Amino acid sequence: FQDQAEQFFRSGHTNNWAVLVCTSRFWFNYRHVANTLSVYRKWLKWCCLIFHSHIVLMLADDMACNPRNPKPATVFSHKNMELNVYGDDVEVDYRSYEVTVENFLRVLTGRIPPSTPRSKRLLSDDRSNILIYMTGHGGNGFLKFQDSEEITNVELADAFEQMWQKRRYNELLFIIDTCQGASMYERFYSPNIMALASSQVGEDSLSHQPDLGIGVHLMDRYTFYVLEFLEEIHPASQTNMNDLFQVCPKSLCVSTPGHRTDLFQRDPQNVLITDFFGSVRKVEITTETISLDGDLAGFESK
Amino acid sequence: MAAAAAMVGDEAERARGRRAALSFAAIAVVLGLPLWWRTTETYRAALPYAGIEGLGRLPLAVPVAVVFAPRSVPGDLPRPLPFTDVQEMDIAVNLRTSVTARYETAYRSTTAQEEAALDVATAQEADAGLHLLQDALLGALTVYVVPETSPLLPQGISVYVGKHRSALVRAGGGLATLRTRLQQLTQVMSFTSSSIAAALSDRLPDGQLGPDARRHLKSSLGYEITFSLLNPDPKSHTVDWDIEDAVNRYVQPVLDKLSLLANFSVDSQILYYAVLGVTPRFDKESSSFLLSAHSLPHVINPVEARLGSSAASLYPVLNFLLYVPERSHSPLYIQDKDGAPVSTNAFHSPRWGGIMIYNVEAPASPQASLPLHVDVDMVRVMEVFLAQLRLLFGLSREELPPEFLLESPGNEGLADWELDRLLWTHTVENIATVSTTLTSLAQLLDKIGNIVIKDDVASEVYRAVATAQSAVDELAMGHLHSAFQASKEAVTSSERAFFDPSLLHLLYFPDDQKFAIYIPLFLPMAVPILLSLAKIVREARQQRKEPTKMD
Repeated sequence: FQDQAEQFFRSGHTNNWAVLVCTSRFWFNYRHVANTLSVYRKWLKWCCLIFHSHIVLMLADDMACNPRNPKPATVFSHKNMELNVYGDDVEVDYRSYEVTVENFLRVLTGRIPPSTPRSKRLLSDDRSNILIYMTGHGGNGFLKFQDSEEITNVELADAFEQMWQKRRYNELLFIIDTCQGASMYERFYSPNIMALASSQVGEDSLSHQPDLGIGVHLMDRYTFYVLEFLEEIHPASQTNMNDLFQVCPKSLCVSTPGHRTDLFQRDPQNVLITDFFGSVRKVEITTETISLDGDLAGFESK
Repeated sequence: MAAAAAMVGDEAERARGRRAALSFAAIAVVLGLPLWWRTTETYRAALPYAGIEGLGRLPLAVPVAVVFAPRSVPGDLPRPLPFTDVQEMDIAVNLRTSVTARYETAYRSTTAQEEAALDVATAQEADAGLHLLQDALLGALTVYVVPETSPLLPQGISVYVGKHRSALVRAGGGLATLRTRLQQLTQVMSFTSSSIAAALSDRLPDGQLGPDARRHLKSSLGYEITFSLLNPDPKSHTVDWDIEDAVNRYVQPVLDKLSLLANFSVDSQILYYAVLGVTPRFDKESSSFLLSAHSLPHVINPVEARLGSSAASLYPVLNFLLYVPERSHSPLYIQDKDGAPVSTNAFHSPRWGGIMIYNVEAPASPQASLPLHVDVDMVRVMEVFLAQLRLLFGLSREELPPEFLLESPGNEGLADWELDRLLWTHTVENIATVSTTLTSLAQLLDKIGNIVIKDDVASEVYRAVATAQSAVDELAMGHLHSAFQASKEAVTSSERAFFDPSLLHLLYFPDDQKFAIYIPLFLPMAVPILLSLAKIVREARQQRKEPTKMD
């Protein structure tokens, strides 16, 4: 208990949040939705360690109810339709045309109209560790939203800086699975950000496996191997970030995954995967009680 | 003759042409450029940057009154009573922020009424009597020095801290001992340098803070308290808890006292079939089930998913759960890290809430019909929950010098001076938050040139600066109540200004995109003007070279 307590103080966070964004529309971008939903599912599988209210899920298109889906109400992430990641309890916070660059930046910076419900807000504080996962089509320095607009790496870096200024995160892990993904984290300048990308500038990220029954590719390689790696993690595991950086070497992924840790204050060796992919609370035994007088309570007034 | 006239006409024509070209160019530059600049700049209202800078210093003044009962005056006072003394203490935070604590101590002797109030049997009665005589402001302390042989303080105790804002100190040892005790007392009853540092935690680098800094609830305008009863085994237990009555009797007085600090809303719920995330293990020696300390962090999560919270409110939520274990896992006890059972059978998580396990006694006869009816003893439960509420706010009574005796606050839940402690730290935290928010807003607006600053955002910023300044001034004078109110208003205004939805920066335009937009508009217009200007310059040069040819 003492060791765990010490470790907890080292990371300094008390709660976890996640923002998962899929930015592509159209049926042939099925794999991006499946990527995002698989990452979403990974948390809930861990016995609700991060629960719906702490995840902001943005899906730019509806694959489960798409008229071209031969298996309606399902989104599969594995060949031979082994795992339906669109179960009964998926809560999509921003759907379809609500996934825009403006809404994404509003969620990150907190400049949301007052009428927005609680589930659509990122209510993190200075003790929150946030995971941001983005997937879609990208290029050198930009990420395409909805096939009609882009978010540039400068805007993203500015948004993170605004989050830092208002202390909306303790530590931030940014994972991006797009072509030339490494260009998106080049411009970050705020402290305590660690970034992972599926490919370097000039390289494309490739998809993993097509499914002949559904007719599209089901997942992207990088996300597939990252999730395979996360299968072996359990809430008390001590695996650190350096292991995550080794996931998906060039032989499997064809592209070269990249990472950036210079802005992060702690050594990646000491950062546990569960710092971002799980939620373990710090507890203290209650040793004090107060004494209440059961009889007098009715008569005592201030 | 005609040729000369034609040449003069030509000359006049060319001169007019030159004047026309020059006037086009002049109008384009003098009128056009400024007009274009004004119509394309973003509207930015002025902000009080200087005022924002000036919120770095925090002076805290604590008015202390030291009242000497007869025969308790130490021999070595520097001046005859009454006199005042000011002591300053610097709390170093960082380069930009400095906190100075000033203790304005007024020494005097007792009045006749105070002597009568002190002439009672016990310290509690004295405290109650003295409270009626004072009109103590929030944040002020009164210390009564009683003679060494006074019967009020029990043996071995030299300082008694009452429920309100006064304390009794045993005389003896001279002025130096008195001063030491006074210092300890003010540390207990108002603030310590570590509590101030914790309030300013987001300005300090991580290494300098103790673990305490991240434990206590952050200052907020309101808190939501939710009491939940978890019954995982409704087939075996029918649990009845009279929560409404308990809240009205025990919780409401405490919340009424804390209402100065924030708005509180209370709700309750019962959850069925909610199990803990950890399976307890059976211990043969005590024939009970045990939850060890290191499995406690994993207990909360599966339950938390089902707790829910109010959709409309954005205040932090404090959850208090009462868990009645299943019949197959009864009785269930929590072990601390040394393996000893915990007397309260409860644990809490900072900034979240607390859980208490309520064991149901096994029925007398094993043939008793299920489900068993259980009436929860709300007094026992509320004693633990209210204690956890105090701990979540940071009011702990643990680290005290041994000769101190603290009066229990009874059903009010917290003493007046504990409320003062919260007010001190929250006021400092609020002012620091306002300063950080406004500074970062100013930096942000400076850095990203194309964010529009509307008038109402600017007026919120002005209001935040003004109220924060008045909060700092009130703190310097020792008026804790008005300082706290002003700091709350300042926080509200600054948050409203910072999170205004209109402050989204326009999408990023790199320089090459700017050129791509303006060139097709301005180049066609500029080409004839530039060409004619070039022609004029060429002709002027030619004329200077051959002035004599016309002769």
